[in-house]
Amino acid sequence: MSVFAPIGRRIGDGTIRGRVKGGDASPTSIVFLVLLWLSLFLAFAFLVTLIVTTIIEGSPRLNGMLLTEYPASRPEEAGARPAILGSMMVIAFTALMTLPLGIAAGVHLEEFSDRNNWWNRIVELNVQNLAAVPSIVYGLLTLGALTAIGVKDKNIVIAGATALSLLILPVIIIVTREALRAVPIEIRQGSLALGATPLQTLFRQTLPSAVPGIATGSILALSRALGEAAPLLILGALVFVSFDPNGLLSGYTTLPIQIFNWTGRPQEEFHILAAATSIVLLALLLAMNAIAIVIRNRYQKRW
Amino acid sequence: MKTLKFAGLASTLAISALVLSACGGQTVDPNSDALAGAVVADGSSTVAPLTEAAADLFRDVEAGVNVTVATSGTGGGFEKFCAGETDLSNASRGIKDEEAAICAENGIEFTEIIVANDGLAVVVPAGNDFVQCLTVEQLNTIWGPEAEGTITSWNQVDPSFPDVELALFGPGTDSGTFDYFTKEINGEEGAIRTDYSPSEDDNVLVQGIAGAEGGLGFFGLSYVTENADLIRAVAVDGGNGCVDASEATVQDGSYTPLGRPLYVYVNNASYAEKPQVKSFVDFYIENQAEVAALALYIGLTDEQVAVAKDELATLG
Repeated sequence: MSVFAPIGRRIGDGTIRGRVKGGDASPTSIVFLVLLWLSLFLAFAFLVTLIVTTIIEGSPRLNGMLLTEYPASRPEEAGARPAILGSMMVIAFTALMTLPLGIAAGVHLEEFSDRNNWWNRIVELNVQNLAAVPSIVYGLLTLGALTAIGVKDKNIVIAGATALSLLILPVIIIVTREALRAVPIEIRQGSLALGATPLQTLFRQTLPSAVPGIATGSILALSRALGEAAPLLILGALVFVSFDPNGLLSGYTTLPIQIFNWTGRPQEEFHILAAATSIVLLALLLAMNAIAIVIRNRYQKRW
Repeated sequence: MKTLKFAGLASTLAISALVLSACGGQTVDPNSDALAGAVVADGSSTVAPLTEAAADLFRDVEAGVNVTVATSGTGGGFEKFCAGETDLSNASRGIKDEEAAICAENGIEFTEIIVANDGLAVVVPAGNDFVQCLTVEQLNTIWGPEAEGTITSWNQVDPSFPDVELALFGPGTDSGTFDYFTKEINGEEGAIRTDYSPSEDDNVLVQGIAGAEGGLGFFGLSYVTENADLIRAVAVDGGNGCVDASEATVQDGSYTPLGRPLYVYVNNASYAEKPQVKSFVDFYIENQAEVAALALYIGLTDEQVAVAKDELATLG
């Protein structure tokens, strides 16, 4: 990403790595380099072990039935169809609710708000803090809000999507601001100098240039929401659903909840099923991240 | 014009999602004499596999009925049940007076139905060769609140046991299993030493016990049968000699005090007014043997089935 490019260049030219490569063989830098590689290797080894063991464990049940069947009490007949559909539906509504709101808020804070205003500074500080709040808190918040407005059945798609939207909204605001900040000020000045209004500048110049950054960040945030179970469990998420979710008020289950439920069963076959479902979740996450990369590569601009 | 394309794509998505949501809610089966609607169950995660199995079998009979099961725990389930949010509440213990009071306050009348039997097994690693039977007093010595920090070795429980460090595992405070065990063994619900390793996931307990030489823990009998290569259950002496935990001893009531019934609480109004709830609950009891077998629990005795049917008959 363009934000990090200058920093990367600086590292390559001058500091630690550059010097070691350029012949600075002092023991300290060598030890430091080894330590860096070691920690990288450790993280990578954990990841590979986790993925490989999950794939090996889950592979016997990674078949069409997993995608088309409903949960059942005989593990050999069970599938994760409602969980897959539920996850997709909840994420779709989460995206619909957060993206416009988050991007608009980010644009306002970065392009239009007066940064010297104490009120705006408080909002900024809050957004940053909210991004670090544990996900369960958003579940509790949604639960409290729904109870306050008297919603009885809290296990509905719109409730889950609201909790997840609250969870990733601060992240989307932050990535929008980062992406806008990476657009050189000269682009805005040039546009304004040619007589465009601030809004025209935003919609025709600044925002289009920031699309790759916003899209990448948003999809990564949505991937996080896809893997969340805690806020949905607080809302009374179902562990057994024998129908497809079909709208905002429909009951639903999601992949992490289905996995959570199956790993708690006594039968070994259910654990295999849980591992196979984890692979499906992993595949969905990888697909979303791949879309992020494609969007970034396709629309990226360099100045 | 890349932005325009992007915006176009986004708005198409938005519109299609709105159209989808417009026809939201549950589907109603167009077939008129088939039942439709929802049956909402919540509560104990121990009982959930039973209700799921019943729902699973019921789907073959009445495909139009949506049975949903959630697992908020026995206590959490009653909270929703007494607020009128659920039709059925799964429970691994009887309803408490204060919970029943909330139900009464909200005008929720209910009926308690026993749907299966469960044995709480006291478990040691498969390789343990010195413990065959534990009395309730010995269990109390090990698990009582006053044992905390003092009873740390097996030979403190019985001098004939070797000097092996006790490694204790059990369910956490949210589970009905925990409430039941503490009440039966330590005399007071919730009274237990706190220096044991708790987990709500029984498979974690199995791994913990199997991995410690002096491991000891308690959970549902089905986890013992499924992990016979790792762990085994010890017999329990409730005052009438050592009794092994098994289907027969749980059913005939000789496995005391750790054999227990599992309940489903039925909202009377739901049963009377919603045909799908009545149909489901009747089906549940009618097929209890198959349901219990699917969920790895112990079925009801003929007498228990008769009691359950009588209870339901009074509800109309």
